[in-house]
Amino acid sequence: MSNTPLIDELVKGPWPSFIKDIKRTAEKNEMCKDLLNLLEMSYRDKKTHWKHGGIVGVRGYGGGIIGRYSDSPELYPGVSHFHTVRINQPAGWFYSTSALRYICDLWEKHGSGLTNLHGSTGDMVMLGTTTEHLEDIFTDLSEHGWDLGGSGSDMRTPSCCLGKSRCEFACIDTMAICHDLTNEWQDELHRPAFPYKFKIKIAGCPNDCVASIARSDCSIIGTWRDNIRQDDAAVAKYASGELVYGARADGKVDIKADVVDKCPTGCMSYEGGKLSIDNKNCNRCMHCINLMPQALRVGVDGGATILLGAKAPIVQGALLSSVLVPFIKMDPPYEEFKELIGRIWEFWDENGEARERIGEMIVRIGKGNFVEEVGCDPIPEMICEPRSNPYIFYEEYFEEE
Amino acid sequence: MAAPKRKTDIGPPHYDQMLHPAIKANYGKWKSHQNLKPGVLMHEGESGAKVYTVRGASARLISITTIREMCDLADKYCDGFLRYTSRNNVEFMTDKEANVEPLIADLKAMGVPVGGTGSSISNIVHTQGWVHCHSSATDASGVVKVVMDELIDYFTSMSLPAHLRIAVACCLNMCGAVHCSDIAILGIHRTPPTIDHDKLGNMCEIPTTVASCPKAAIRPAMVEGKQSVEVIEDLCMYCGNCYTVCPAMPIANPLNDGISIWVGGKVSNSRTKPMFSKLAIPYLPNTPPRWPEVSDAVKNIVEVYARDAKKYERVGEWINRIGWPQFFEKTNLEFTKYHIDDFTLASSTYNSSTHIKF
Repeated sequence: MSNTPLIDELVKGPWPSFIKDIKRTAEKNEMCKDLLNLLEMSYRDKKTHWKHGGIVGVRGYGGGIIGRYSDSPELYPGVSHFHTVRINQPAGWFYSTSALRYICDLWEKHGSGLTNLHGSTGDMVMLGTTTEHLEDIFTDLSEHGWDLGGSGSDMRTPSCCLGKSRCEFACIDTMAICHDLTNEWQDELHRPAFPYKFKIKIAGCPNDCVASIARSDCSIIGTWRDNIRQDDAAVAKYASGELVYGARADGKVDIKADVVDKCPTGCMSYEGGKLSIDNKNCNRCMHCINLMPQALRVGVDGGATILLGAKAPIVQGALLSSVLVPFIKMDPPYEEFKELIGRIWEFWDENGEARERIGEMIVRIGKGNFVEEVGCDPIPEMICEPRSNPYIFYEEYFEEE
Repeated sequence: MAAPKRKTDIGPPHYDQMLHPAIKANYGKWKSHQNLKPGVLMHEGESGAKVYTVRGASARLISITTIREMCDLADKYCDGFLRYTSRNNVEFMTDKEANVEPLIADLKAMGVPVGGTGSSISNIVHTQGWVHCHSSATDASGVVKVVMDELIDYFTSMSLPAHLRIAVACCLNMCGAVHCSDIAILGIHRTPPTIDHDKLGNMCEIPTTVASCPKAAIRPAMVEGKQSVEVIEDLCMYCGNCYTVCPAMPIANPLNDGISIWVGGKVSNSRTKPMFSKLAIPYLPNTPPRWPEVSDAVKNIVEVYARDAKKYERVGEWINRIGWPQFFEKTNLEFTKYHIDDFTLASSTYNSSTHIKF
C-alpha cells in the first residue's frame, strides 16, 4: 500500500499532475521522496510543515536564495533543508533546449530536481537544495553565463511579455528593455538596500499579458501616440465573415455591435461599409484591435505609459499602479526613463519607511507631493477625477505688507 | 585543473541565444495573427513568413523529468527552442505547418492538454502552498489541479464569452496576482498566531519579531518569568509575517484556515479599466486532497457566467452590467455582512443612489 494515500488522489484526473511528476522524479532523488512524505503530512494535518529559517545566500550577494526548513527534520531528513534558488530568466522566458538541459543537469546534481517554471516575479525557481551546495551552484551558473534573481528588499528580477519577438501589438521592445534594465541595475538586484521590494514589469501593449499594472511597483506598458493603422479591405473581410474572431463558432464579427458599440469612448462609427475612427478620442483600450487583428493595428509612434505602485494587500490594502508619465519614448539607452527611476529611488530611499512599498508611500505622502518631488508636473492623466473634499493644504498665501 | 572562475553580476543570458531562427528573423516585423484553433496560434510577418505556436498546459511545479521531455519535443519539432508564458503554459513554435498536428499528438500522449488561447480558461497562476511555503493557509498546486480537472473543457475549447483568468494564492501575501483575476481563490488564516512562550525566547530575536508585525500588534512581554511577546489580537490581520521571523509563532490553524473566492478582476485595459476582484464567498473549508467545495463553487460561477454574459464581456464587466444583487441571485451565493467592506475607503463601496432593480 502507498504511504501517501491522500496526495495519490491528485494523480487522478486529466490536468497535468504535479504529484505524478514528483513521484517519477523521486525514483532517483531522495529529497523528492521526503517531500512527498512531508506533503502527505500537510494534507493529513491541513497545515504547512515548513518554517522560514535563517538567512542563507552566496558570497557577495544579499538576495537570490530563499532559506527553507521543515518542522519535521527527524521524520523526513531529506527535506530538513530545502532552500530555493532563484535564477534570473532570459527575457520573455524563451529557451534553447541546450540551455534548459544545462539547468536540468545542474539541478539533478545539486538539488531536488523540482522547479517552478516560473515564479510569480519571473525567475526560474529551483526548489530544494542545501546550504553546502549553494556556492557550487552559483559558480557553475556564473561559469555558464547565468546569474541569480532578486529577493528581499531589492529590485526584484524584472520580467516582460514576449513583445516584439512574436506579437504585432507590441509598441515597445519589451525584451530588450527588460534585458537592459536588468543589467543596468545588477547591484540593486543582488544587494538589498531599499525600504522594501521593488518590482518592474514590462508589457508591450495595454492588454498587459504580464499583469504589470497589478503586480509591479513600476509598470511599463506600451502604447502609441499616432493613429490606429487600418486596412479597409480586411475590415470588409471581417464584415463578410471571411475572417472571424478567435476561431469561434460565433466568431463572425458584427462590426456595429461587437466593435463600434463596445468602444468605451464612442470614437468609432461604421456607415456604408466604412469604419471610421476618431483617433483623437481613442483611449488605446485595444478592444477593436484585439477583435480584428488582421484589420486594425497599433500605431507606429510607440512608447510607454509609466505607472507606479501596484502591490498585493499586505499592509495597507492592494493597489493597482497609477499613471506617472502618460507617454515616454523607450529607445535605447533609455536615459530619460533611468533618470526618472533614479529620482524615484532616491526619494523612496529617504522617505520610505521600513517595509513600505512605493505605492503605499505615495498614498501616505500624497501623490501630488510625490510627483513634485520626483520632478514631474501634476497633470490630469494622473487621476480619475480631482478631489471632492475641500481639505487642501495650500503651500502659498499672501501676507500683509 | 584550475578551479572554475566565479563571476558576479553578469545578468541573465541574452535572449538572442534563446530564439528560434524564424522568431529572430521576424522580430519586430509581425503583422497580424490568427487563433487557428484552441491552443494554436499563427503569426504572420510583414514578409509573409508564418510561425505556428502550440500552447500546452503545465503544472508550473515541474520536475527536470518533465522539462527534459518538453525539450525532446522542442528538439523534434521546433529546432531546439521553446518558451513558457506568463501563465506558466509551455509554448512550442515552428515555421513548419506540417509539424503542428504531430506535435499536438505527442503532447496529448504525454498528458499535456493543448489550449488556453482566446476565450478560454488559461492556466491558473498560483503560489507555493504546502509544497514549499511557511505561511500558506492551504495548498496551491493541489487546489489548481482539482479546479482544472473540473474545468479542463474550458481550457481545450474557446467557448466562453471572453477569456477567463483564475489565480490561486495560498495566503493574504498573494505571491500571485489574485487580486485582479476573473476568479481568485485565496487561502485564508482566520486566527492570530499562537505563541510558544517556552521556546520563543531561545528561538527568536524579540526586537525583530516585534518589528515584523505590519500592524504593530506584537509587544515584548514577560510571561511566567520568560522573555516572550504578546499579540494584540484585535489588530492582527493574520498575515503570518511574524511566523516568518519567529518559528515559535505558528499562524496555521487547521481548524479555522480555509479558502475564500473573489470575482470580477482584470488587468487588461480592453473596453474597461483594470479592476480588482471582489469577495464572492468569504469562507470555504479546507478539504484536501480534492477540495470539492472549492471546485464546485468555481465551476458554478463559471457556468452562470458562461450562460448569462454577453459576447466579449469579462466576468467583472458582466457583473457591473447586471449588478451585484443579480450576481448573488444568479449564482445562488449567500450575501453576508463580510461582503460589506470595513477597511480604508470602505464608504466608496456603499450604494449612494436609488439605482436598484426590482
